[in-house]
Amino acid sequence: MNNNMNKKMNMNMNMNNNTNENTAYNKMELMVCAAARELQDNSTVIIGTGVPCAAGMLAQKTHAPNLVLFFEAGGAGPQLPTMPVSVGDSRTTQRAIMATTMLDVMEMAQRGLVDFCFIGGAQIDRYGNINSTMIGSDYTHPKVRFPGSGGANDLASLCKKTLVVTNHDRKRFVQKIDFVTTPGYLDGPNTARSREAVGLPRGTGPYKVITDLAIMDYEEKSFCMRVISLHPGVTAAQVQENTAFELLFAENIQQTAIPTSQELHILREEIDPLRYVIGR
Amino acid sequence: MVNQTTNMEQGIGENFRPYHLDTHREQIKNKKYVNKLTTVSAAITKYVTDGCYLATGGFGCNRIATALLHEIVRQGKKNLCFSGHTTTHDCQILVAGECFDRCDVAYIVGLEARGLSKMARKYFESGKVQTTEWSNAALAFRYKAAAMGVSFLPSKVLLGTDTFKYSAAKITICPFTGDKYAAIPALSPDVAVIHVHQADIYGNCVIRGLNNSDSDLAKASKHVIITTEQIVSNDEIRRSPWQTAIPYWSVDAVIPVPYGSYPGNMEGEYFSDERHLQEWLTAEQDETTYRAFIKKYILDTKDFYEYLQLCGGIERINQLREEELLIKRSSP
Repeated sequence: MNNNMNKKMNMNMNMNNNTNENTAYNKMELMVCAAARELQDNSTVIIGTGVPCAAGMLAQKTHAPNLVLFFEAGGAGPQLPTMPVSVGDSRTTQRAIMATTMLDVMEMAQRGLVDFCFIGGAQIDRYGNINSTMIGSDYTHPKVRFPGSGGANDLASLCKKTLVVTNHDRKRFVQKIDFVTTPGYLDGPNTARSREAVGLPRGTGPYKVITDLAIMDYEEKSFCMRVISLHPGVTAAQVQENTAFELLFAENIQQTAIPTSQELHILREEIDPLRYVIGR
Repeated sequence: MVNQTTNMEQGIGENFRPYHLDTHREQIKNKKYVNKLTTVSAAITKYVTDGCYLATGGFGCNRIATALLHEIVRQGKKNLCFSGHTTTHDCQILVAGECFDRCDVAYIVGLEARGLSKMARKYFESGKVQTTEWSNAALAFRYKAAAMGVSFLPSKVLLGTDTFKYSAAKITICPFTGDKYAAIPALSPDVAVIHVHQADIYGNCVIRGLNNSDSDLAKASKHVIITTEQIVSNDEIRRSPWQTAIPYWSVDAVIPVPYGSYPGNMEGEYFSDERHLQEWLTAEQDETTYRAFIKKYILDTKDFYEYLQLCGGIERINQLREEELLIKRSSP
């Protein structure tokens, strides 16, 4: 959620080799647009700063005008004039429905009122478990200490569909994460440590992962990560090369729709004119 | 790789502040209806003692009690136990003084979208701090439980993860449904430091915008120190009592500190000073520069006003006010 360990300086590559559309876009813009399209109108989402926020705002300004945005510090239903730098700053309550408490938002999620959430982290495994706590083999002596759960464990435990937006490389997409900060499908279905067995609410869990290479979901039986869409110019082999565990591939892999000129216009002119997210 | 959680029934993290209902009930809150105005240094001297359990109000960089935090560093308080409930700049300030050696972690060492604090990371990686893991909701439930006067609350967070394993939570079964829950133990800090928009001399507080967990925290804590943007009359409080977020009977000390959340954001008043926060993060890249920075801004300043003056004073606040009101935009 509200950490920035993913912040890697991406060059603004022009990924567009596609000749049937004249619009040039970068990786970040493609990821924001893909994330926005996952969010439905008249649904609720808990967002963080950065990409999730840009995605939520873009969804509102395109297909989902009545998407309700929540921030974990208590901002509920704002009409964001600009992107916050903190999930608890005053932007998160601008023209909001409520300025409430952290627990109120968490309780709503626990009650089953929140459809989507976004989570980030340093490592993710095939079941969508996420590490944002530490790198190393000894908890008491971390090689690298990260912020910890923040609200991530809460949101991924309680919201219906968990989305992850991140860059795609072998350091992130690992065989085994060093610390399970936030639950994905844990050890997978029908194990002693499935979501159901540990007591997590029914109808919750990882939903999709959007990276700079592809879009993945989780296969219905194994709950393992599966590639369902490749970004223009990206091959399946390339996605596997950048993943340290074996990915599943859907039978009919789609090509990710590129950003429309309308989406790009809104993103660049209205949502992120100073290029805080899309300029990364 | 850390040993991954099996279906364990109990976290192995230490509960730094075990909660006992009767002891908690017997703690005397400052129920006196008296003038509680004091100074920052007197309040810290009196209520923050070495080794005590400290919690900060607000949300890391938003509505934080900067003056009190600087004073804790200036007075060289040590061996505190710290509640890392979305602590960002507040954590960064206390790290500068190496003030704590135990921490209940929900969110530490980062400043959200601004990046990670190198020095805070180094401090937590040094082995100088014993940690127990939680999540934002878990720590908020811990305050809520103590505020309610119950020794735990059941919740569906933490379950099945290493966050649970390194927490001090336990698994409990609902006596009605047989459903599994994480039992989240109550937490009653010794001292909470909270910055508010308005308070009267007795300690009745108005918070505009996000409360975060502060009403619960004030009720849960043994002692509460308030800094306020503005002192208002008691009549003002009584004219709109629905706005009172913290009542006087929870509060021990009140200090007017206008612009007291700087360099943090104060809802409706001024935005966070992103420039100064970046300077801080940059200074952390080098040990010598960092020490000089902390000396200049905290150790060598006599109080918060001197710090604010060094950072551009009222003129800077006026710019941040324009940003807050979206008159001028230089932050995202």
